[in-house]
Amino acid sequence: MSAETTPAVSGVDDVTLYDVDNPAPVIEAPRKRTKKTPKATRTNFEMYGWLFMRLSGILLVVLVLGHLLIQLVLDGGVSKIGFAFVAGRWASPFWQAWDLIMLWLAMLHGANGLRTVINDYAERDNTRFWLKMLLYTATVFTVLLGTLVIFTFDPNIR
Amino acid sequence: MPAGTLYRGREGMWSWVAHRVTGVLIFFFLFVHVLDTALVRVSPEAYDNVVATYKTPIVNVMEYGLVAAILFHALNGLRVIAVDFWSKGPRYQKQMLWSVVAVWALLMAGAFYPVLQHTLRTLFGS
Ligand code: HEM
Ligand code: HEM
Repeated sequence: MSAETTPAVSGVDDVTLYDVDNPAPVIEAPRKRTKKTPKATRTNFEMYGWLFMRLSGILLVVLVLGHLLIQLVLDGGVSKIGFAFVAGRWASPFWQAWDLIMLWLAMLHGANGLRTVINDYAERDNTRFWLKMLLYTATVFTVLLGTLVIFTFDPNIR
Repeated sequence: MPAGTLYRGREGMWSWVAHRVTGVLIFFFLFVHVLDTALVRVSPEAYDNVVATYKTPIVNVMEYGLVAAILFHALNGLRVIAVDFWSKGPRYQKQMLWSVVAVWALLMAGAFYPVLQHTLRTLFGS
């Protein structure tokens, strides 16, 4: 094998991968390793988080776009929404389950995404810690409240 | 291109910026949305009152904006997944982004009347 060209993606070495439009991905580490940086982590948490973002994303395409279609597009758009409409929908276990899965997946996907954003921009250890605490508190609260609302919904509340 | 930066401009960076901004926006909406839906446990009147704000022209236009954000995030998310898992994904990332933009524009045009019909009807009569 010749050492003159090093294909970045195997199997496609017969084409030029990089030009002005597609600069070669030489990406330096965003943060320097310091003495305090652990040598290795104990778990593959970040890899599972990465995978979860992609798997939940695929499911959310169906769940969220379906939800928006029903709520905002079909049958008069927002005009029809009201207590009676919700009572009609949550009379069906199918839509209860749809909303429950959508709630959990969207909240966890969004919270994990926001965790990445906080890690990227909050450089002081203290700021990062407290922003994430705020995020986790808000996430747990919202997921529990939404779950409770679906399971305790009462169409004859009055 | 400045040295020592991750920001490289062009389609790759700007689609990432838009994906991040829309993702954060949707998350904040969802937080408020679960709170307003929780009012069904207070009383039918309390719930119908907040839903009434969803039917005002300004909020109705914001809903169209929310649809724009979610459609972009969803379509571009599928592109990110293709870049990561499809062996030729990185090579076609640019073409895929412009396909995303085209499908997005098409769906936004189709959603215009259905989403805004409530406002269009109240402002310009039936
Ligand atoms: C402006 C656009 C939207 C409208 C008008 C709307 C409307 C509604 C309504 C009427 C319900 C009550 C239950 C039902 O009918 O299924 C509901 C529940 C729900 N929606 Fe939406 N929705 C919108 C956007 C979204 C988006 C973008 C998401 C996700 C990111 C979402 C996630 C949810 C969830 C998780 C629930 C269940 C809430 C709970 O557990 O208490 N919605 N929505
Ligand atoms: C509709 C289907 C969706 C798909 C296909 C999708 C896909 C993705 C993917 C693949 C990523 C990872 C991007 C990366 O690692 O560079 C991501 C990030 C993210 N998503 Fe979604 N997502 C969807 C819905 C949502 C919803 C409903 C929310 C909010 C509740 C959300 C919020 C976020 C956030 C905040 C990030 C982090 C952005 C970043 O790190 O730059 N997404 N999404």
